[in-house]
Amino acid sequence: MTALTRPIRRLIGRAGDTVPAMPIATPTSAEAGPADLAIDIPVSDPLFAYLQAAPGPVDVGKLELTSPALDRLRGAGVVLVVPLVTQGELIGTLNLGPRLSEQDYSTDDRRLLATLAAQAAPAIRVAELVREQAAEAADRERLAQELRVATLIQQQFLPRELPHLPQWQVAAYYGPARAVGGDFYDFIEMSDGRIGIAVGDVTDKGVPAALVMARTHSVLRAEASRLLSPGEILSRANDLLCPEMPARMFVTCLFAILDPATGHIVFANAGHNLPFVRSGDDVTELRATGMPLGLMPGIVYEETEATIAPDSNVLLYSDGLIEAHDPAREMFGFDRLREALRFDDAGSDLLDRLLETLHQFTGPDHEQEDDITMVALRRSAGVAEDAAPGGGSVALTAFSLPGATGNDREAMDRVAAAVADLGLTPDRLERLKTAVSETAMNAIEYGSQGREDVPFDVLVEVDERDVVVRVTDRALSGTVPTDVDTPDIERKLAGEQKPRGWGLFLIEHMVDSMDVSTDDRGQTVTLRLAREEPTDG
Amino acid sequence: MDDRTFDAQVLETDGQSRIRMSGDLDSRADEALAAAYREAVDGGATGRAITLDFRAVGYINSTGIAIIVRLLADARRDGRPVRAIGLTPHYREIFRITRLSDFMDIIEGDAA
Repeated sequence: MTALTRPIRRLIGRAGDTVPAMPIATPTSAEAGPADLAIDIPVSDPLFAYLQAAPGPVDVGKLELTSPALDRLRGAGVVLVVPLVTQGELIGTLNLGPRLSEQDYSTDDRRLLATLAAQAAPAIRVAELVREQAAEAADRERLAQELRVATLIQQQFLPRELPHLPQWQVAAYYGPARAVGGDFYDFIEMSDGRIGIAVGDVTDKGVPAALVMARTHSVLRAEASRLLSPGEILSRANDLLCPEMPARMFVTCLFAILDPATGHIVFANAGHNLPFVRSGDDVTELRATGMPLGLMPGIVYEETEATIAPDSNVLLYSDGLIEAHDPAREMFGFDRLREALRFDDAGSDLLDRLLETLHQFTGPDHEQEDDITMVALRRSAGVAEDAAPGGGSVALTAFSLPGATGNDREAMDRVAAAVADLGLTPDRLERLKTAVSETAMNAIEYGSQGREDVPFDVLVEVDERDVVVRVTDRALSGTVPTDVDTPDIERKLAGEQKPRGWGLFLIEHMVDSMDVSTDDRGQTVTLRLAREEPTDG
Repeated sequence: MDDRTFDAQVLETDGQSRIRMSGDLDSRADEALAAAYREAVDGGATGRAITLDFRAVGYINSTGIAIIVRLLADARRDGRPVRAIGLTPHYREIFRITRLSDFMDIIEGDAA
């Protein structure tokens, strides 16, 4: 009997969908070589079903089955197979060669073997289960440990704080999946004062992804310290990463450089999700294409430029957001994201709302499948697109007001307060005030259609020569017609012209110049008035 | 805010109808000024001048100008000359640019 313990140890070391069989138990047979004679019986082999149903030891010689396993048993010299069955499940066999006495196995032998099998089978099954559980626990612990390491690496490289950009609100979110993907984001101060923004995603998960992410992070930082073009930075990073990238891994990355003063953004894209820009009610995608980093060297990345208008949001994000599923396995997708972006929110408010929207979509029992990374930028209202072109212009104030009647005067008073220290003559100040209030009134009437929820923006700047006031509205009624009839008091009094229509006429008479420009977010009227009376004769 | 809410009182003095206005002359002044004008017209003989007293008006926007234009049109129809007092130099300039001053007597200073 003791000879059987060794095969049992072997047996319980096996798992799979084939039944592990013990080697032939031939205690005194020199040539048996038991350690090498384990024969697996696949579940698909007819012998499997036969043994599972057999009431006791089975004579191999008497079986008539077309069975490869049976052939192998016979070839190995097995004459008796004792099925180990517990709870109706075949978990192994005892394979016996011929008796040393060369007699057949007796009825007593068979009864003894059957009893042995009946007791051994459940014990072996329990041993198997214990071992499986131990292995699972070890796997879990290993995974948990790996997760801790991956998370540590990840956290090490995420920015500790957000950049402080005047007139911009910046927010970032990183939500790791349980298996920690390779998402990252970074803010890099460029040598020319602009700000580099990287968002990336390493394929794969866990420690390998975290390590590649860390390497990508430092390569990008190093290149951004000496290059000023996002395309070149990605191209150089790609060349450096290619030789060291593990097989079947690569990195998608969007690299943008923002000039906070002007809202000008230039970016290049290595296979990453395209950023969204919300301006007014419009949500547009900024497009740029390029291969992910680490696939092949020598890639040239195209650059795309855009100007982020005041009051607009930019969102950079990773796959995890778009590819989140609801309980019915439907993806969150671009359309839902686009819709969720259609609101005017400050940076972190936007992220909160996006996460809330996503959470409602995925439902409460959702386990996040992939890392989710988002970087949101919002340019505050009223920042001039061409602020400080020669470095000589200073913003005095910037504010937004609801498009409600009466806020023409409010805008006027605020502008008057902002320019109070400039020493304008009373006459010039009054002219500026009237021009501002008239411009604001047009913004309220045409741009906002008198709706309190539709604001207009005012920016006051001063340079050496002029006071410049920019009023930007949302152009709900389209743009203000600037080619209207010159108001004619006599025709108005005669009822041939409406009594109204003085606004633009007044503005033009009040200031030195009035320019109207339109972009996708609305209309901007720029008023310019010299700070001092022209002295030329 | 109180000093900005438009109000118009009609005073009958020395053969004149005077509409004393106060507050902001913008779209919200429309009804009050129209009512004051009717009161002034109903209360005085044809040909009697109507004086608009701007001394307590701190703000006039283009809608306010349009309201004055309509008042001038009504006054012309009703045969009432219109005079204005108490306009700041800035608004006198605006009345000049818009040629409102061609159709009303602009009296400098606060004299009635």
